Amino acid sequence: MTSPVLRMTGITKRFGALVANDAITLDVNGGEVLALLGENGAGKSTLVSILFGHYVADAGTIEAFGQPLPPGDPAAALAAGIGMVHQHFTLAENLSVLDNIMLGTESLWRPISARRAARARLQDTAQRFGLAVAPDARVGDLSVGERQRVEILKALFRDARVLILDEPTAVLTPQESESLFATLKHLVAQGLSVIFISHKLDEVLRVSDRIAVLRGGRMVATLPARDAGKNKLAELMVGRPLARTLAKPHLRGDVVCELRGVGVTGALHDVSLALRAGEIVAVAGVSGNGQAALADVLCGLRAPDAGSVALEGITMRAEPRAWIGAGVARVPEDRHAVGVIGDLPVWENAIAEHYRKPFASAGLVRRASSRAYARRLVERYDVRGAGIDAPARSLSGGNMQKLILGRALTGAAARADDYVPVLIVANQPTWGLDIGAVGYVHQQLLDACARGSAVLLISEDLDEILQLADRIAVIHAGRLTPARPAREWTLPAIGLAMAGAIESPHAA
Amino acid sequence: MIDAIAAMLVNADFWSAVLRIATPLIFGTLGVLLCERAGVLNLGIEGIMVAGALMGWLAVYLGASLWAGVLVAALTGAVFGVLHGVLTVPLALSQHVAGLAITLFATSVSYYAYRVSFPNVTTPPTVQTFAEMSWLPLAVLDKQTPLTLLALVLVPVIGWVLYRTPVGLAIRMVGENPAAAEGQGLNVNAIRIGAIVCGSALMGVAGAFLTLSAFNAFFINMVNGRGWICVALVVFASWRPGKALAGALLFAFFDALQLRVQQVAGDGLPYQVYLMLPYVLSIVALILVARRAAYPQALMRPYRKGER
Amino acid sequence: MRLEARAELSRSMLVAAPFVAIAATLAIAAAFVAWAGAPVGRTYALIFDGGFGSRFAWSETLTRATPLILTGLAAAVAFRARLYNIGAEGQLYVGALAAIAVGGLHGGTGFELPAAVLHPAMLVAAMAAGALLMLVPALLKTRLGVDEVVTTLLLNFIALLFVSMMLDGPMKDPMAMGWPQSVALQDTLELAKLIERTRVHTGLLYAIALAVLLWGLFRYTTFGFEARAVGANARAAAFAGVPVQRTVVVVALLSGALAGLAGAIEVAGRTGYVTLDMSPGYGYSGIVIAMLAGLNPLGVVAAAIFVAGILVGADSMSRGVAVPTYIADVIVSVALLSMLVATAFARYRLRWN
Repeated sequence: MTSPVLRMTGITKRFGALVANDAITLDVNGGEVLALLGENGAGKSTLVSILFGHYVADAGTIEAFGQPLPPGDPAAALAAGIGMVHQHFTLAENLSVLDNIMLGTESLWRPISARRAARARLQDTAQRFGLAVAPDARVGDLSVGERQRVEILKALFRDARVLILDEPTAVLTPQESESLFATLKHLVAQGLSVIFISHKLDEVLRVSDRIAVLRGGRMVATLPARDAGKNKLAELMVGRPLARTLAKPHLRGDVVCELRGVGVTGALHDVSLALRAGEIVAVAGVSGNGQAALADVLCGLRAPDAGSVALEGITMRAEPRAWIGAGVARVPEDRHAVGVIGDLPVWENAIAEHYRKPFASAGLVRRASSRAYARRLVERYDVRGAGIDAPARSLSGGNMQKLILGRALTGAAARADDYVPVLIVANQPTWGLDIGAVGYVHQQLLDACARGSAVLLISEDLDEILQLADRIAVIHAGRLTPARPAREWTLPAIGLAMAGAIESPHAA
Repeated sequence: MIDAIAAMLVNADFWSAVLRIATPLIFGTLGVLLCERAGVLNLGIEGIMVAGALMGWLAVYLGASLWAGVLVAALTGAVFGVLHGVLTVPLALSQHVAGLAITLFATSVSYYAYRVSFPNVTTPPTVQTFAEMSWLPLAVLDKQTPLTLLALVLVPVIGWVLYRTPVGLAIRMVGENPAAAEGQGLNVNAIRIGAIVCGSALMGVAGAFLTLSAFNAFFINMVNGRGWICVALVVFASWRPGKALAGALLFAFFDALQLRVQQVAGDGLPYQVYLMLPYVLSIVALILVARRAAYPQALMRPYRKGER
Repeated sequence: MRLEARAELSRSMLVAAPFVAIAATLAIAAAFVAWAGAPVGRTYALIFDGGFGSRFAWSETLTRATPLILTGLAAAVAFRARLYNIGAEGQLYVGALAAIAVGGLHGGTGFELPAAVLHPAMLVAAMAAGALLMLVPALLKTRLGVDEVVTTLLLNFIALLFVSMMLDGPMKDPMAMGWPQSVALQDTLELAKLIERTRVHTGLLYAIALAVLLWGLFRYTTFGFEARAVGANARAAAFAGVPVQRTVVVVALLSGALAGLAGAIEVAGRTGYVTLDMSPGYGYSGIVIAMLAGLNPLGVVAAAIFVAGILVGADSMSRGVAVPTYIADVIVSVALLSMLVATAFARYRLRWN
C-alpha cells in the first residue's frame, strides 16, 4: 500500500470562541478523489485553507509528499504541489487569462517575463487535461464556467499534484458539473489527487473514491464511496436521522406582485412573473444569470428598462422607501455589505428602513421608542450579540441575518403580529449560515407564508428550493421560465433549464 | 493675435519651457501611478515633493554632487513612502487621512529644517544647478537638463516594468485582486509597500528637479500644488505611463501658454484668468475621462490576509 | 512580525491613545527643538505660556481658534459622510469676498440698509458662496464619479486667483496704497468684542454654537442619521431607503457653507477687509483639526483651541528663542500621526512569530 501523499494530523483551529477544526486527522492518497462532506459551517473550508496556507492552525502538523509543510504560506503549499480552486474565484478581471495564470510563477527579480514560453506551456497543459483556454482573453469577459477552468489551470500550470476544489459546483449548471467531473476523472488518471469539498450528497457519491465527513469541526468518519449510502451520509453529516420535510399545502391568494415583460439592459429579458399571497415561488439558477438584477428590481433599487412592475395593482417606481412603505420585506444577498450598516449600532440598523416614519418626527429621531423597538426585535428573533448599542458588524452571520429578517418581517409595527408583509423578497437567505440558522430562516419564511405573505425565494441551493417552494421558475441568461408547480419539475428538467434549454416564456 | 500665437508655437524656447514645466509633473505622476496601480492612493505627494526639493538641494549645498543630491531626494521620498506604507497597508488607516497627514508633516518638517539651517537669510542661498545638455544635437532637448532626459526615459521603463516583468504583474495584481495575488503565493503587503516606496522616491526626485534644475534655491511654497496636479493627471492617464507623459505635456503646454499669451494679449483679460487656465483644464480633463475611468479594482480597499 | 486584528476593540487602548499620542508628540517635537539648538524645556514653556499662559495669551488663542473651529467643522461634517472636502481654504476666501460684497459694497446697489438686515444677509451670502463653490465638486462626484479630493484642491487655486482678480479690480480699496486689499466692511457690521481690549469677538460664540448644533444634528436628527449612514456604507444606506446622492450634496453644501462662514467671520471680527493673506492655511488646518477630533463636532472645538494655542504660542516663543515658528505645524502634524497610530493599536496587536 503506497503511503499517502498528504497527511494532516491533529489539526485544530479556533476563531475566538468558535472551534472551527477540532483535532482533525486526515490522509489523502495518490490518484484518488477524496470528498470532504459536511454542512455549512462544519469546518471544511477552514481545513483546506489551513492546508493551502491561508490560515495557520493552532495545533497539528501537515506532511506533503513525505516532507513537513511550513504553515501559513501559500507559496510553500504551491511549491509542495498543492493547488486550490477557491469557492470565490481569485481572478483579476481587468487582466488576461495568461496574466492571471503566470502570476507568481517567476521570481520577482527577473528583468523580463518569459511570456511566450509560458503561453506555450499553458496550451500544452490545457491540452493534456482537456481544458480549452484562450490565453489572451480578458478574464472579466469570461463566463463563470470558463473562469473556473482558468482557476483549475492556474493550479495545474504550477504542477499541482493535489488539487483542492472548494464547492466547485455551486456556480455550475448540472451539465457543466458533469463536464467538471469528467475533468476530475482525467486528472486522477494522470496520478493527481483531488480534494473535493461539497455539501451535496449526490455529487459526492458520484465523483469520489473516498468520503470524509465533518461535523461541528470534527472528523466523524472516513469511508470508501462504495460503502456509503445517501441516508447514512446524511445522518453522519447532521448527527441524527433526517426527517423528511413535508411541503405544507399553501393557500393561493390573490396576485400581489406582477412583473410584465421586465427587461434590464444586459441582465434581464422579457421576464414575467406573478406572485400570489400565501405562496412561495422560488427562482432557481446558477449565480450570475440575472438574479441580482431581478432582486434589485423587486427591492426597489432599480427601475426596469422595459416592461412594468406592479405591487397590488400599482406600478412602482424604483425607490426603496416606496417599496418598504408598500409592505415589501427584503432580505438582501450580501448581509454584510448591503443588509446592515456595520459601523452603526444594532438599534439604528433595526430602524433603518423606517427611520423617517414612524421612528422620527419633525426631523428628530425618536430615540426612546426606536431603542425599545430594537430591544423587542432582538428578543423576538433571538439576535445574540453584545446588545443594541454594539456595532452591527460585531454580530455573527447568523445573528445578522436574524436581525435583517426580523426587521423586514416586523415592519415598524409596535406588536409583532400587527404587520404582515405583502411580499417577502429573500435573496440567498441561508447562504453561509450554520444548520441551526438555516432551519430558523426556513421556518420564518414558512410562517410568514402561512400568515398570507407572498414569498419570492431566489436561491442557488436546489435542496432548499425543493424543500420550500410551491412553484419554481428557473432563470438563465436573464430569461425566466414560467413558474410551474414544484411537483411538475424533475431534477434533470431543472438542470436543463439552468443551462438554457428553456421553452418560450408566457405569463405564469 | 493668432499670428503671435503661431509664432510662439514654432519658437524653440516655448517648447523648452513646456518640457521644463512638465518634468516634475512626469516624475510625480509616475510616482502616484505606481502607488495607485498597487491599490493605494498617496496624497502625501505634495509634502514629499517639498521634502525632496529641500533635501536634494541641501545635500548639494553641503558639498555633494548633483546626482548624489538627486539620490538623497529619492531616499527622502522613500522614507516618507515607508511611513505612508505602514500607515495604510498593515494598519489600514484611511488612505486620504494618512496621505494628508504626511503632506502636512513632510512640509512642516522641511520648512522647519530649512529655517533652522539658514536662520537669518534675506536672499535664499543658491547652488550650482544641472547644466543644460548643450552637447545634444537635438533642438529643444539641448536646452534641458539631464533630469528631464531621465524623466522621459523613465516613462517607457516604467511601462516595461509594469507590463513585461513579473514584479510589474505582481504590482498590477495587488491593485486588482489582492486575494488572487495571495493565492499565488505573493506577499500582498510587501508588494504594496514596495510600490509605495518606489513611487514616493520618484515624488522626491520631482521635488529635487525644482531646486536643482528649474531653480537654484529652495523657496517656501515652491511646490505650489504641483503634487495635486499629478494626482489629477494619473486619473486622466488611466493609470498608463504613456498617457501620463501625454497628460503632463498637455498641462505644461497650457501652463507655458498662459504666460506667453499674457504677454501677447496685453490688457485683454486680468492675468489671473490665464493663471487659472491650467487648473480649470485639469478639472475639465477629469470630467472628460470620468465615465471611462478603468480604476484598478482594489484601489483604496485595504487587504487583510485570509479575508476573501 | 505582523499585525493581527483584535477580536474586539480594546477599550483600554482607546482611552490610552490620546495620552500616548501626546507623549509621543512631546518627545518627537523635543528632538526638533534640540536640533535648533534651543533649550527644550524653556521652549515648551514659552509655547505654552504664549498660547495659554495669560489672559492676553488666551485671548489671542481664542481669536485664532474662531475660524479654525468653523473650518474644522466644515471638514468634520464632510469627512463623516466620506466626502473629502479639501477645498475649505478656497471656500473661506469666497465667503469673505461675499461678506464684503454685501457688507462693504451693499451688494453693488449702493443702497443703505439697516445693519440689522445687512449683518445676517452678509453671513448668509458668505455661506451661500462657500456652498456654491463646494457644489461643483459634489455634483461631479455624485453624477460622474469624479473624485472630490482633486477637484476641491484644484478649486482652491482657482478661488484664490478669483479673489486676487476681484481685489485688483472691482472690489479694490481705493485708499490702500497699492496693496491688494478689498473695500472695508461697514463699521456697523463688525462683530462686537467679547472681551474688552482684546481681539476676541462674538464670532467665537457663533462658532461654538454651531459646533453644539452640529453635534445635536448628527446625533438626534434624521439628516444626521442619513449622513452617518452614507459615510459608513453608502450601498447599505441606499438599500434601507436613504437618498444617498441628495444626502451627499446637502452635506457638501453644509460643509462649504461652514467654511464660507469662517471667511465672513474673520472679516467681520478680525480684519475688516479681505486680503490675499488673511488665511494662513485655515482651510487645511481645519482638516487636521477635524481628524484630531475624531470627526466629532464637540471635539473640534477642543482640537481647534489646542491647535490655535500651539500656533499662537509658537509665534510668541519664536521671539524668545531661536526656534522657527514652523515648529507649530510640526507639533500638530506629529500629534495627528501619533493619534492615528495610537488608535490603530486599539484595533490591531503586534505579533512576533
